[in-house]
Amino acid sequence: MEQWLAHIAPFLSDNAIFTPSTLAQYWQGLVRTVQLVFISLVIGLCLAVPMALGRASGRAWLNAPIWLFTYVFRGTPLLIQLYVAYYGFAFIDGIQDTRLAFFINDPVYPALLAFTLNTAAYTAEIFVGAIRATSRGELEAARAYGMSPITAYRRIVLPSAFRRALPAYGNEVIFMLHASAIASAVTITDLTGAAYYVYARFYSPFPAFIFVAVVYMLLSFALQGGFKLLEARMLRHLKPG
Amino acid sequence: MLDFQGYGPRLLEGAWLTAELALASLAAALVIGLVVASAKSSRSLVAKSVATFYTTIIRGVPDLVMMMLLFYGGQIGINMATDALNAHLGTDWFINVNAFAAGVVTLGVIYGAYMSETFRGAFLAVDAGQMEAARAYGMSGWLAFRRIRFPLMMRHALPGINNNWLVLLKSTALVSIIGLSDMVYVADQATKATHQPFLFMVPVGLGYLAITAVSELVVLGLKRRFDTGFSQAT
Amino acid sequence: MHTRFTALALAAVLGTGALMAQTAGAAESIRIATNVPYKPMEYTTPAGDLTGFDIELGNALCAEADLKCSWVQQSWNGIIPGLMARKYDAIMSSMTITEDRKRVLRFSEPYIVVPSGWFVPVDTTLADYDGDDLAGKRIAVQRGTVQDQYVTDQFGSRAKIKRYTNADDIAVDMSAGRLDAAFLDFPTGQSTLLDESDKYKNAGPVLTEPKKYFGTGFGIAFRRNQTDLAKRFNAALAAVKDDGTYDKIYDKYFGDAADESEKAK
Repeated sequence: MEQWLAHIAPFLSDNAIFTPSTLAQYWQGLVRTVQLVFISLVIGLCLAVPMALGRASGRAWLNAPIWLFTYVFRGTPLLIQLYVAYYGFAFIDGIQDTRLAFFINDPVYPALLAFTLNTAAYTAEIFVGAIRATSRGELEAARAYGMSPITAYRRIVLPSAFRRALPAYGNEVIFMLHASAIASAVTITDLTGAAYYVYARFYSPFPAFIFVAVVYMLLSFALQGGFKLLEARMLRHLKPG
Repeated sequence: MLDFQGYGPRLLEGAWLTAELALASLAAALVIGLVVASAKSSRSLVAKSVATFYTTIIRGVPDLVMMMLLFYGGQIGINMATDALNAHLGTDWFINVNAFAAGVVTLGVIYGAYMSETFRGAFLAVDAGQMEAARAYGMSGWLAFRRIRFPLMMRHALPGINNNWLVLLKSTALVSIIGLSDMVYVADQATKATHQPFLFMVPVGLGYLAITAVSELVVLGLKRRFDTGFSQAT
Repeated sequence: MHTRFTALALAAVLGTGALMAQTAGAAESIRIATNVPYKPMEYTTPAGDLTGFDIELGNALCAEADLKCSWVQQSWNGIIPGLMARKYDAIMSSMTITEDRKRVLRFSEPYIVVPSGWFVPVDTTLADYDGDDLAGKRIAVQRGTVQDQYVTDQFGSRAKIKRYTNADDIAVDMSAGRLDAAFLDFPTGQSTLLDESDKYKNAGPVLTEPKKYFGTGFGIAFRRNQTDLAKRFNAALAAVKDDGTYDKIYDKYFGDAADESEKAK
């Protein structure tokens, strides 16, 4: 028992680790993490829908390049994408003198770029799968009603595909939250960056990482709760019976 | 050319470990995912709450922390148990948790939670009439699951499984924290030793892309298999 | 591969992970963990052999203390959890002893004092390396290190501090022109910046004080309750310093830069 107590004790009594200065680090990290994840998810979703439509359209000239994009971005680690975005662009000759300099001088922009493209690729594939799983009968019924292909897509295919994609997209959102932890690799102090700081400064891994785990857990509870509510509204008719 | 300053062979070994670990963890995750998803869509309140608790907690904690807690926390727990035993029996035992097995179990437990969400969504998408028909045919629960629900469900689950698998594949890089030398760890060491940050990203990226290419082919084959009997809507 | 899958099957049966029972063995054999590469303190040769100042000194200490030592290579993030879980008995991996860290670990006496220094592009405009001089400048450090704490407290409000995971990323960013200065362990700056390119130089003060930040030097880390083992290592350290073994190893690694790193007295 004493071994575990020895790890728990610093939490309770010897509170040298969670001082105002380290807590401030964690707070800044929290703000950064939420910022990064929220912005990249929103933009990523906006990019993913047209990409999914293009992929499902059956036109090779649309399908092929989008497939290649999703293959590369899903096939390589996000860390490499982040490195290329942050370090790669910095070596373009003369970029410091152009208007794009702001983009490479603050690590947040390259990180947003990499995260957005990455989540767009995963989300697009989720939607393509859902669109393709639309039952033929639903589409035939739409046509029988005299709907144009665009109306049929808007009113029938997309809503039902979105409902079917919801649990998988919920996973993707949580993945993105966890994946954002690598932002600390390009000098951004996000939540995980703050935990690394505390670990390295105090050589005290368990308090540093358990604390940050609790914060991530609260964030993801909020997200999972949101998706539960959304599902309850949108998937009511699909309850197994 | 493929020597990579002498790190070529070690990178290959690392890639092999990555592939092995990913496949074993995938198998574990799929089994756990199916069981948990079945529990979630069952009528038993206990099964439902246990399953929901598991997925909520696991998906809440970052993988890195989970790996650390399960492996090192688990070891500390085992140490306490053996210490108590040693005090009683006067022995001197130390039980060492094997890192590879621990990696597979941890990744399996983590991704089992995500897989169960994917399966749950797919279960919901199976037409309830199909299962009613199966019951009307007098099929037992297990038979109906194996013959009707599973194949129908897989059609919907496949894209989600594929996504989870690709994320799992890359999170194998976390195992360096528990002392295994996967592809990324070797590349990281090589980078620090040679001071050439970009040189080793290329083989790592290509290694993952190669594993992904093989898996895309497998997924395509599975998709054909599970799409049998359905014509594409688009 | 075969044994791995056997282990896997075992894991499935036991549900908790493969269990390989082993006795802790005679007290004379211990395992020491290290995180490579960190030249010249610990690194692997192209042939794969572990070497470096820490490794050679560690082996000398073990010989002196009549211990049978083996080395374990471990990634940094798992190195302290591994010590606490008794995967090994000590860590010798360029760890600076500070008051903050003594709360969690037990350290040996310092076995070397490595100063911290400023590394800048050769055409730098920096001259004084004080608050006024560094105001608005981009300073690179390794996250959570003693250098990080020092610049954060001294210049955090005026300069822009960028925290990196490793020193090689600092070298890349400096060559991309996104950094004005880096504040690092002297040997780290030497091997990642000075030895790699003639575009960088060391400048400004070389610091080992105040102790509040820079600690008392590098120490061997143990679990808090390993007082006896720490004592044995301390005795061995004193002995190898007396008989000249320490100096031999020191000169081998720091012979030409002996004025930069000072031996612990």
